[in-house]
Amino acid sequence: MQKILVIFKKQLRDTFKNKTILIQFVMFPVLTLIMENCIKINDMPENFFTKLFAVMYIGMAPLTSAAAIIAEEKEKNTLRVLMHANVRPWQYLIGTGAYIWTICMIGAAVMSTGLPSEERLFFLPVMAIGFVISIIAGACIGIFSKNQMMATSVVMPVMMILSFVPMLAMFNDIIKKGAVVFYTQQLRNIFDEMSWSAIGTKSIVIICANALVFAVLFAVLYRKKGLE
Amino acid sequence: MINCKEVSKSFGEHKVLDKVSFDVPEGVIVGLLGPSGAGKTTLINILTGQLTFDAGEVSVMNKDVNKLKGADKDKFGIMMDRFGLYERFTCAENLAVFADVYGINKSNIKESLASVGLEDAAKTKAADLSKGMRARLLLARALLHDPKIIFLDEPTSGLDPKSVKGIHEIIQNKKKEGCTIFLTTHNMDEATKLCDDVMLLNEGNIVERGRPSDLCRKYNKDKKIKVTMKDGSDGEYKQNADAADKIAELIRQGSLETIHSEEPTLETIFLELTGKKLEED
Ligand SMILES: Nc1ncnc2c1ncn2[C@@H]1O[C@H](COP(=O)(O)OP(=O)(O)OP(=O)(O)O)[C@@H](O)[C@H]1O
Ligand SMILES: [Mg+2]
Repeated sequence: MQKILVIFKKQLRDTFKNKTILIQFVMFPVLTLIMENCIKINDMPENFFTKLFAVMYIGMAPLTSAAAIIAEEKEKNTLRVLMHANVRPWQYLIGTGAYIWTICMIGAAVMSTGLPSEERLFFLPVMAIGFVISIIAGACIGIFSKNQMMATSVVMPVMMILSFVPMLAMFNDIIKKGAVVFYTQQLRNIFDEMSWSAIGTKSIVIICANALVFAVLFAVLYRKKGLE
Repeated sequence: MINCKEVSKSFGEHKVLDKVSFDVPEGVIVGLLGPSGAGKTTLINILTGQLTFDAGEVSVMNKDVNKLKGADKDKFGIMMDRFGLYERFTCAENLAVFADVYGINKSNIKESLASVGLEDAAKTKAADLSKGMRARLLLARALLHDPKIIFLDEPTSGLDPKSVKGIHEIIQNKKKEGCTIFLTTHNMDEATKLCDDVMLLNEGNIVERGRPSDLCRKYNKDKKIKVTMKDGSDGEYKQNADAADKIAELIRQGSLETIHSEEPTLETIFLELTGKKLEED
């Protein structure tokens, strides 16, 4: 536990130093505040931008930051030094994951300021689940990649699919049909309803399946490559 | 402290270490010398449990290296050039991360930085350090938790003389504290000055081992005397009665400027044993 906290603390200290990742964390929450407060179009659904950006946030920030943090630490060989100092790989991964999750939850809290308070109690737990799945997906990429360059180029297409497809699905039915298999699209549908009772079994199954796929992929990659 | 018995290691077809055996007693500075690609880093990786090996036995602190526990590894201090720093963190922050990991009091960080002469650079970002400062920070980090056994892979390679001297002093001090130090280098001058004991590694074998001064004496077979004359010309004589007469004659004539005995250095010994130079420059 102490080692997990050390990793968490180390990442926390890096928050304001690592600008590229900080932008990831801050961009959508800020964008949400701006759009919700400045743009008012008639007939626009309630909290349209909050719901739209929430899903994009899930598909981008935790994914890219998890991949980038792990890949950088591998590339710079600082991870190896940590392992030498008896930090176990799982302690490192949990510490890093917990950090990303915490920062993203702060971002989500900022995004939710425009929502009515009962909707906020729905929004935040759903976001929390989305972040966890994305962090696992990002960790897969981080473990798979030898260096940051490789991580960036693998993250790109995955991020595009997870965060942009649900947005594009609004405009195109064919995309919408294909998009249903992704957890981000399901989360998008769930946010449209904003109620626990409206969540369909199909959504739950798809989200769980997504989580399972990434968890298995993570286990396989981790077995094969570890954190080397 | 370290026992290596017939250790072999190949990367594919390429045999890097071939039945290497040696032991290192407690409290000495041992230097592993060899040209680039000899397998020095490979051997350190094996001794520190970072790399598996094909055959043989390695024990460190009387324990099989593959069975070392966390508490045993806490007694290791390792510095390798590829071990990175947190570039965006300052020197002090870099050490703070590891002070936390080891559960060491934060007040030790200042002391540790001072011990490597980086007290003024505590707030400098690692990315902005010079090469010599970087090496000293890496060393400070390796020594932060007061290890008993210290592995240094080319601690001074590519550094300016002042940084080298500083690092040598730190290593000597650690020895005085009773630490065992295992270092690699391809600088024979460093090995001669710093090490109690050197091992020459070539093509996967340890071809010679001993105290630097003993080795130099051992290979001092054809004891040569070098002279330079007042007119600038020079000559070389073997140490025998014949040469004694000639040199005496030169002195009598008053034409002799300097006279030196020419002993082998680790460099020439290595060259003699392997036909290879230690440093390619
Ligand atoms: N992971 C690896 N895979 C394949 N070959 C390797 C690997 N590591 C080292 N080698 C090879 O083993 C040999 C010894 O390498 P090593 O790094 O131990 O040499 P070294 O003595 O440390 O050299 P230098 O003085 O340049 O650091 C080299 O020929 C190198 O190419
Ligand atoms: Mg080397």
